[in-house]
Amino acid sequence: MSRAKDILLSGLVLVASRGRRKPRKDAARIVPDAGPNPGAETAAILLLFLSGLCGVAFVVVYALDRIPHQTQFLGLAIGGAFVLLAAALITTGLKLIVTEELADEYPPNEHPHEQQLIADVVEESGSRLTRARLFKLGLAAAGGGVAAAALTPAVSFGPFLRIKYFFGTPWRPGRRLVDENGRPWKASDIEEQDFYTAFPENDPDREALGAALVLVRLPKASLRLPAELRGYDADGILAFSKICTHAGCAISLYRTPKFAPDSPKPALVCPCHYSTFDPAKGGRVIFGPAPRPLPMLPLSIDKQGYLRARHNFDEAIGPSWWGVRNRSANP
Amino acid sequence: MKVLAAAAVALVLALPASAANVEHGKQLFGQYCVSCHGPNAEGATGQRYGGTAGRDNQILTGLAPSLHGVGALAADFYLRTGYMPLKRNGIQPRRSKLIFGERDLQDLIAYVASLGKGPPVPQPDPASGNLAQGLHQFTDHCAGCHQVVAEGGVVTGALPPPLEDATSTQIAEAVRIGPYVMPTFSKKAISDAQLNSIIAYVQYAKHPDDRGGWSLGHVGPVPEGLVTWFLAAAVLVAVCMVIGKRLRE
Amino acid sequence: MTMTRKVVRFVDQRSGSAPLLRKIARYLFPDHWSFLLGEVALYAFMVLVATGIYLTFFFVDSTKDTVYHGPYAPLQGQHMTEAYKSVVDISMTVKAGLLIRQTHHWAANVFVAAIILHLMRVFFTGAFRKPRGLTWMVGVTMLMLTLLEAYMGYSLVDDLLSGMGLVIGYSVGMSIPFIGANLMEWLFKGPYPGQHAFWPRMYILHVLLFPILIAVLLSVHLLLVAMRHHTQFRKKRSQSNHTIVGVPMYPGQTPRSLGLLCAVVGVLFLLGGLVQINPIWLWGPYHTYLSTNGAQPDWYLGWLIGALRLVPGFDVVIGNYTLIPNPFWGGALYPMFVFGFLYFWPWFERRLTGDHAFHNLLERPRDNPLRTAVGVWMVTWVLLVLIAGSSDRVYVLFDIPYVPQIWFYRFFNLFFPIVAGFGAWWVCRELQKGEPVEEDRELAEAQARLAAWSSRRQSSET
Repeated sequence: MSRAKDILLSGLVLVASRGRRKPRKDAARIVPDAGPNPGAETAAILLLFLSGLCGVAFVVVYALDRIPHQTQFLGLAIGGAFVLLAAALITTGLKLIVTEELADEYPPNEHPHEQQLIADVVEESGSRLTRARLFKLGLAAAGGGVAAAALTPAVSFGPFLRIKYFFGTPWRPGRRLVDENGRPWKASDIEEQDFYTAFPENDPDREALGAALVLVRLPKASLRLPAELRGYDADGILAFSKICTHAGCAISLYRTPKFAPDSPKPALVCPCHYSTFDPAKGGRVIFGPAPRPLPMLPLSIDKQGYLRARHNFDEAIGPSWWGVRNRSANP
Repeated sequence: MKVLAAAAVALVLALPASAANVEHGKQLFGQYCVSCHGPNAEGATGQRYGGTAGRDNQILTGLAPSLHGVGALAADFYLRTGYMPLKRNGIQPRRSKLIFGERDLQDLIAYVASLGKGPPVPQPDPASGNLAQGLHQFTDHCAGCHQVVAEGGVVTGALPPPLEDATSTQIAEAVRIGPYVMPTFSKKAISDAQLNSIIAYVQYAKHPDDRGGWSLGHVGPVPEGLVTWFLAAAVLVAVCMVIGKRLRE
Repeated sequence: MTMTRKVVRFVDQRSGSAPLLRKIARYLFPDHWSFLLGEVALYAFMVLVATGIYLTFFFVDSTKDTVYHGPYAPLQGQHMTEAYKSVVDISMTVKAGLLIRQTHHWAANVFVAAIILHLMRVFFTGAFRKPRGLTWMVGVTMLMLTLLEAYMGYSLVDDLLSGMGLVIGYSVGMSIPFIGANLMEWLFKGPYPGQHAFWPRMYILHVLLFPILIAVLLSVHLLLVAMRHHTQFRKKRSQSNHTIVGVPMYPGQTPRSLGLLCAVVGVLFLLGGLVQINPIWLWGPYHTYLSTNGAQPDWYLGWLIGALRLVPGFDVVIGNYTLIPNPFWGGALYPMFVFGFLYFWPWFERRLTGDHAFHNLLERPRDNPLRTAVGVWMVTWVLLVLIAGSSDRVYVLFDIPYVPQIWFYRFFNLFFPIVAGFGAWWVCRELQKGEPVEEDRELAEAQARLAAWSSRRQSSET
């Protein structure tokens, strides 16, 4: 009976230790040995198992809906798993793996012989050409032609010569101003000390830069419009393009003092780079990087009291580009 | 004796509130507000008041609007936020510690309210508001100055404040007044129903949905960049330093 | 035969790569923690790709209008693009969606920070000198691509903040002299906001073309580094331009590198779960006619918003022709100048010093006062412009009015970097001067210790 046990035991030992070779003697080793570090080893093993546990925790948190703050716990679980794994690996690297300090030669700066060979092969291969420069010119021509052909379909990405698009806005003579719900603005809706957003009636494309207007009303006596904008207001109501002439953000700040003697004067301001426009002076820039005044849309009040555009802007709206001062906008 | 005293106290307390308040309010007004707003709250534009110099003549150095017709709404707002009294002319009113107790506040408000017919203290009902409408309206009318999560912002020459301390009543009042350089939104521009939605949103914005973790003040990239460098990069550089020393000295 | 030997035999028999693998396994890494900064960037990139792939399965690259009917009340019934809605859904409805999304965004921020730290290490130690100039240029190109890639990434979400940033990018493009408007029209398929076609364009650039470009350049970069071998600081006498002393890739370097990988991944996931980034549901959807205060680009573009705010308001106009629109100076010329400086510095330094030798040893910053001074000048300038870009939030926090700050920075940012550069040069010279003194002092102390020890020995022997 004990013999059978012996055989079984030896068999198990043989199976278990199969493949484990004895390490070579120290003198023949490549990676030097430095003796065990049981403390670090225990730490590393512990960290590895803890890391695994955190990974499992992630799965558990993911599966259980009733755990609140899901994002936080999921992050802690998977983040913790990786951090613990990092700790295990770093412990291993610093304390368990022998840090060999080896010296080696840098590779040569260059290889003159091989350079010569390569250059020779290339140069010699062209020895049968009598008109080498013409041949090269032909190659360049072929390459250039093919490249031009290959790049040409990219032209279809979009128009690049139709500059008139930049001058077009939806504003036409007589077009009514409406709010975001499509309700037309009446002049009596526009009160002083407030600012309003307006869009062209019956135009579904609200996002076009030329569409949105910002409306304010100032006392007529306080208006100092330049000559070319005289009469563009409607009973003191002023309409400006809502798009800043600096970099295209919507102008959504209106600074309007309740008590003039000790407050700054009314101004429309852009929140991106704080370009500040003076509505009383027709949108003139009084601070900030905007290079052009805010374009003004001429208004009229129709018989029912609704606000209408008299015609399109005189100038291009939005940020500057090479032709922004070239022509007036289409009527 | 005790019965008499108790009866006297009861009598005083039973007196109609308004009459006593307004008088006291006028006194307080004389103490704290006249130098800018004028002895009859008619406002001042920086001219001296009173013909001859001398101890008994009030010298007005102030700049302030008239308070006739501003109503309890304005007085309640400016006083309860501590915007008034203003330390000196020309500066932006800021939320500050109140110097008046509740009783004095009520008296002062009652006095100002008594100067002409003005709007009463509003009674907003944010519970009846719609949060989505509120965000939409707030973005449209308010976010340009106050920032979309009401964390406060900048306009050239003024500082639209963060709204974390604003009560529902104060928000309603500010919207109708437009203090300092803020626009004034009348009921035509923002109806009471819309205002309720806006207030509901502002209250929400005080503790919005921060399911992503530490909110960093809800202003976006600036604090995120600080965390990137002073938290993440610092930690990772530290890890590099632990790993990096490899060779023996 | 052990498992290891079996695997090695299998691989070598089928690929013949044992000699190469042996070379790789015994490749030497130099000492010093600063060599690991590039690795941090590499690992952050890996996290970006992994989390990014996940996000592509949920993101919808369409600007078609839709109405939100999800669980987040403040957006209920609101109009938004499908792109924005898909990101709100990722953040609120998809399990672990917000974690992956935030990890992705934090990884982008850390990626750029690590690149910049790595770039500064390479610059200030002269590692870019011959023969590594090509490696340097590949790296600078990757930085440029990364900035664009990250900008496109957060613009794809189409929230209010990034939408404002996109129109500004468009305006900078418009400001390019002669061709700006044409170029932008071509790219966006019409004037801003362009056609619906623009969004899938930006999407495919962000998820396919740019990642491939960056990955290819990264491979070239790493290959060049490995083939020329790393540079090294001279710490031991055995180190020289010919001899590198270091730790082999396997086994010494591997657990450390893997450990760093796990640390980077772990830190990014911890941030992704615990620190909120870009809560786009709070900003709301973008419309061209809306804006909010306090809108900023991500930090690595903060230098550009600073530049755009600082340049005073003028176009350069000839007659009716707007030659140089305003945003060009801050938005295009300034970054072109900085990147031009980065690209050309190795060549310029070679011309200036006449040094065309091969360099495998690194200099400490103090060893090259001129380069250090120029580097400090550039870093200070960019940093100050970046700080100027957040001066509105400084106003909100510290009550320093905005307009005076801008005027201050307009002048300060031009002359202070020069002062900082000179200061750095002076510090380098002082440190250099101190070194022979330091060496003498250490030698004297060593001699004193030796004398004391030998006298003690003598007295104990007697």
